[in-house]
Formats: sequence, structure tokens, C-alpha cells
Amino acid sequence: MANSVINVLNDKCVGCGQCAMACSFGSISMVERFEHPKKFKLAVIDLNKCVYCGTCFQTCKFNSIEIKKDVSRYDIDKSEYKGVWVYAEQRHGKIADVVYELLSEGKRLSKKLETILSAVLIGDNIKLKSQDLINRGAEKVYICDDPVFVEFQDDIYTSVLTQLIKKEKPEIILMGATNIGRSFASRVAARVHTGLTADCTSLEIDLETRNFQQTRPAFGGNIMATILTPYHRPQMCTVRHKVFKEAKVESGRKGEIVDCKIDIATLVNRTKFLGFIKDEGSSVNNNISDTDIIVAGGRGVGKFEGFKLLKDLAGLFGGAVGASKAAVDSEWVSYSHQVGQTGKTVTPKVYIACGISGQIHHTVGMNSSDIIIAINKDASCPMMQIATYALEGDLYEIIPSIIKEIKSIRCN
Amino acid sequence: MNIIVCIKQVLNTMNVQIDHETGRLKRDGLESIINPFDEYAIEEGVRIKERVGGRVTTITMGPPQAEVILREAIAKGADEGVLLSDRAFSGADTLATSYTLSAAIRFLGNFDIVVCGKQASDGDTAQVGPGIAEMLDIPHVAYVKKIESINDKTIKVERAMEDGYDLIESSLPVLLTVAKEINSPRVASLKRKMIAKKAIIKVLDAAAIGADVKKTGLNGSPTQVMKIFVPQQRTGREKFTGEPSKIAAAVVKRLLDLSLI
Repeated sequence: MANSVINVLNDKCVGCGQCAMACSFGSISMVERFEHPKKFKLAVIDLNKCVYCGTCFQTCKFNSIEIKKDVSRYDIDKSEYKGVWVYAEQRHGKIADVVYELLSEGKRLSKKLETILSAVLIGDNIKLKSQDLINRGAEKVYICDDPVFVEFQDDIYTSVLTQLIKKEKPEIILMGATNIGRSFASRVAARVHTGLTADCTSLEIDLETRNFQQTRPAFGGNIMATILTPYHRPQMCTVRHKVFKEAKVESGRKGEIVDCKIDIATLVNRTKFLGFIKDEGSSVNNNISDTDIIVAGGRGVGKFEGFKLLKDLAGLFGGAVGASKAAVDSEWVSYSHQVGQTGKTVTPKVYIACGISGQIHHTVGMNSSDIIIAINKDASCPMMQIATYALEGDLYEIIPSIIKEIKSIRCN
Repeated sequence: MNIIVCIKQVLNTMNVQIDHETGRLKRDGLESIINPFDEYAIEEGVRIKERVGGRVTTITMGPPQAEVILREAIAKGADEGVLLSDRAFSGADTLATSYTLSAAIRFLGNFDIVVCGKQASDGDTAQVGPGIAEMLDIPHVAYVKKIESINDKTIKVERAMEDGYDLIESSLPVLLTVAKEINSPRVASLKRKMIAKKAIIKVLDAAAIGADVKKTGLNGSPTQVMKIFVPQQRTGREKFTGEPSKIAAAVVKRLLDLSLI
């Protein structure tokens, strides 16, 4: 045991059991110690269950739990790192919506840290976009503009961003948890040797240590974990679209634009971009992660034709159609509509769940929606329990009634 | 062609429940499974082998019990299983995990393609795949939904993006993280299951793969869990029952009041 990262010190443990109560993972059990003079029990940690969160360490009043983390090699000078950065992701010349959300959150963090907010823009012929970023709160924009950056490729984007990080030393970097962000953020973090926390849902600063407290869901959204990167800089995280509110536009704001000189010859590129094939969506909005209203169907829809009804309702709102895994597996609707653990995570203003019972693997993908409307015959199913408005009944009767109601209101 | 598939044993989070009284994860009776996304990685590794010939080695990092998933991978067509198990690997975040797996892949040597699932269902980070590629100093393509062509030197793949897909060519060796659309994993045959049962799983520790224990496990992890808590349960507000037209009128009124229509 003594060689493990986490240990219970036998001579200090009094067997009070506080640590076992505090452990969220049930990894501590109390065993009898008959040989002990006072017959104190002993806490035993099951290392297969332990996630090293340190809760037991903080709980123990007798300093009988030790966590051995070798921090000697992290002697970087943290005070050299200043400023909050937002990676201003663009694709095909358009700034990703998540960037504007990161700018509003980044602004709040930078004010708290009394430092400045910068945006990093990499692309081809994108200089004009820097004013958009300044209007949304960036005080400085680093631009890496070159034809080689016309399409996203991991090798070159990683190289240029890490070069900039090493030179400018930001304290915090926020990136969108998009396919692009998720593809190369981890590579960047590995190259600069720092921590990266994925899919954060809330961010805070501890002013004393300037540590960045990054909270994210874990274990399929069942618990939340707050993560720190205490000994490394920059502190990096990714955030999904629609988690934070978009920064407001303030036209005509002033900001510094830094044109980064990049020696293109130093950028190794082992991939070749051959082309882009656009998804041809139907008339109803197909991009469920980018809409305010989602009408989703599950097993209870019962048939392929049922999704036509859902589409009609979604169409009235200019919303999109979502689906549970069961509906996708039944081939009533394609995988791109799937919400949940193995599908997409969505946070619309209104999520209308039709015939979806609300198993955890579905609800983790949608339970941050502002309003949930559940339509189900079974009033006792989980979705009906969490719904803001739980409508009990047959969806084939209720949905047409809703459509009729909305149409009649619009006519008047 | 030497193909390496990295897989992870996870708790079946679909059945994870929280005891709201104590704020504890109810682990009892929870089964451990292959990360669902890794099923596609194993299948794609085997398909590449069937296409161009070669050998598929699956690697996992975990406690001794994780051996089960390597046998499962062999039953589904992999040739070999390697278990990386050492107390010094525990408490690893994505960076330390990437380091450990990359050290093992380097130790095994002579590889052409590394395949990973796009993310694990427990952590959901999608960070380990690209992290391994970085530490091996090879290119990677994430969210691969189709391999269009492959030869000794290059591979052409479709990378799924939010607005469609990109066609990317890469030199070998390369690391791919694969999306669910890429294939439908096969069911293991009885014969393969017998082979898997008898297969010898190689177990390697930090010393065996030449990993620096300052870079593995908790020591090698820049991130640290500060606290863990149970999110506030969403509770329902209003229930409607009875005549469908009345229900519809009531809910539409609510939406109108909130100016959502």
C-alpha cells in the first residue's frame, strides 16, 4: 500500500469513518482492527474505484490520508503568464458562434483577473473579421493570416498556436468544443505540456492562487467535477456551444490588432486537404446543436411516419427535429438527429420530448435546456418527472392540437 | 500493416445512478464494458487488416481486470492484447494517459496505423487520441467516418464536421479517431471466442515499456480534481392531463407568455 499514490496512515487513522462517508465513489471501506489497542477500525481505499479527487484527504481531521504527488518538476514561473485568450475558430471564413460566447465569458474572467482579453484568429484572408471580435469585447486580436490556413489541418494549426502560446504566455485559453477544437486543443496542450479540461459548464477564478476552477460533468452527467491546473500554465479548457451567453456587439470599439509573422517554412504538414462535401439539409433545420427549439421523438413515436408530424411542429417554430437512440436505431430518423450520450448535447430554449421516456443516456444530452416539454402516455416516466411542462396523453392527439392552436393564434 | 487499437474499459454509464441521500455513485452491480466508441475502432482496425493484410494489436491501460476487454477485442478479430497495468499509472488525466499509451506504442514499435474511438463514454473528452499522436510525433485525423483508400504510404479519409465532411489525405504512420458512422461492429463468432479465451495477454508495467513514472498517473497529470458534487436535480413544475385540445391550449399559452412563439 505504501507505494501507492494515495495511502491511509495506519498509525494515525482512528477509524471514525468520515472519509468513507465523504467518498462519492464508495471506494473506502472500514475494516476491523482487533490488534489495535483501542480496537479502532481502519479505512481501506479500493484503488480500483478511487479517482484521486482528494475529498477524503480534505475530510480527514487526523491527517491520516496522504496523497503523494511529485510536484518538484513543475517549477515554472506562473507570474510570467498573463491574459485570457479565446481561440477565435473560423471555418470557411465564418467565425464559429461559440467564439462570441467565449468572448463574453472570457471578458468576465479577464476583469476578475485584472488582465486583458485577446482573441486568436487563424485563417486565410480573415483580417476583416478582427473588428467583429473587438466589437464583441476582445481588447487584442492576434491574426495568423496565410493561404496555408485556408482549411483546418491539425498539424499546421497546432504548430502556429503553440508557437504563439510559447511566445506570448497567456494565463488562460478558452476554446470551443467543436470538432475542430476537440481535434487539436489536446494536441496543443500536449505540446506545451499543460492541462486541458473538456466541455466545461461553469468557470470561476480563485483570486488568491489565480487558479482557474473548471467545472464539467463526469460519469455521463451524473456528477460534476471541478478541475484545476494548479502547477502548469496556460490553463486550457474547451466549452460547448450555447453554454454561455453571447457577447453583445458594441460597434466601433477600439482594440489592438497584432499581425503575427509566421515563418511558414517551419510548419510541418503531414496531411493534405482534398476537399469539403457539404451536408445538404432538408427544409427543416437539421443542425440540432444550433437551434432554439427542438422537437424530439423517441420509441413512443412508434413509426417512421410519426416523425413527419414532429417535423411539422418543428417547422412552425423554425426549429429542428431531434431523436432518442431508440428512434435512430429503428431507422425512423438519421443519426445526425440523435441527442444524448452517443449523440449530440443540445441546450435549446425549448426541448419538446415526444414519446421519450428519459433514460439517463438521453437526458444527459438535453437536461440543460431552458424549458422541457414532455409528451407521454406514461406520467411516471423520468422525462415527465424532469419536464417543466409534463403533458400526459397520446402524442398523436396532443401534437396536432398544438399545431392547430398555434396556427389559429398566428391567423389572428 | 501493423495496426494498433487503443481501447478503454468503462463503467456502463447508462446504468449509473446516484444515491441522492448520500451523493454517492451507486457502483454495486455496475458492469464494466468496452467503451462503446472503441467497438468501432476495433472493427475498423480489423477491416483495415482484412483489406490490406497485417496484424491488429489492442492496448488498454487499466487494472488487471481490464484484461477482459482485450479478450473481447480478440474475439472480434484482433490478433493480440496488451494490458498496461501499474500502480504508477493510476490517477492519470488525459495527458498522462496519452503519455503512457504512446510509450507503450513506441515500445511495441513498428506501427503504421493507430485507431482510437472518438471519445470514451465516461470522460467524454476526446482528448487522448490526438494526445497520443502528438507524443508519438505522427499526424492524426479525428472524427473519421470513412476510410476511402489506403496503401503503404498514405491514407485517404473522410472527417466528419458539423457542416458536412472534409476529405483528408495523410502520410503513414497516422492516428485516426473514428466516429460511429464508420462501420457496424461484428458479433464475435464462437470460434473466435474460443481463441480469445485461450489467448495469452501480455501484461506490461511502467518499467517494461520504459515509461518515466514522473510522467504517468497522478504525478504526470497537470489537471487535478478539486471537488466532486451531485448536480441539482431538475424538478418538474406543471403537469397537464385530460382533453388534448385543452392541454395544447394551456401549453401554447405558457409559451406565448414567455414570448417563445
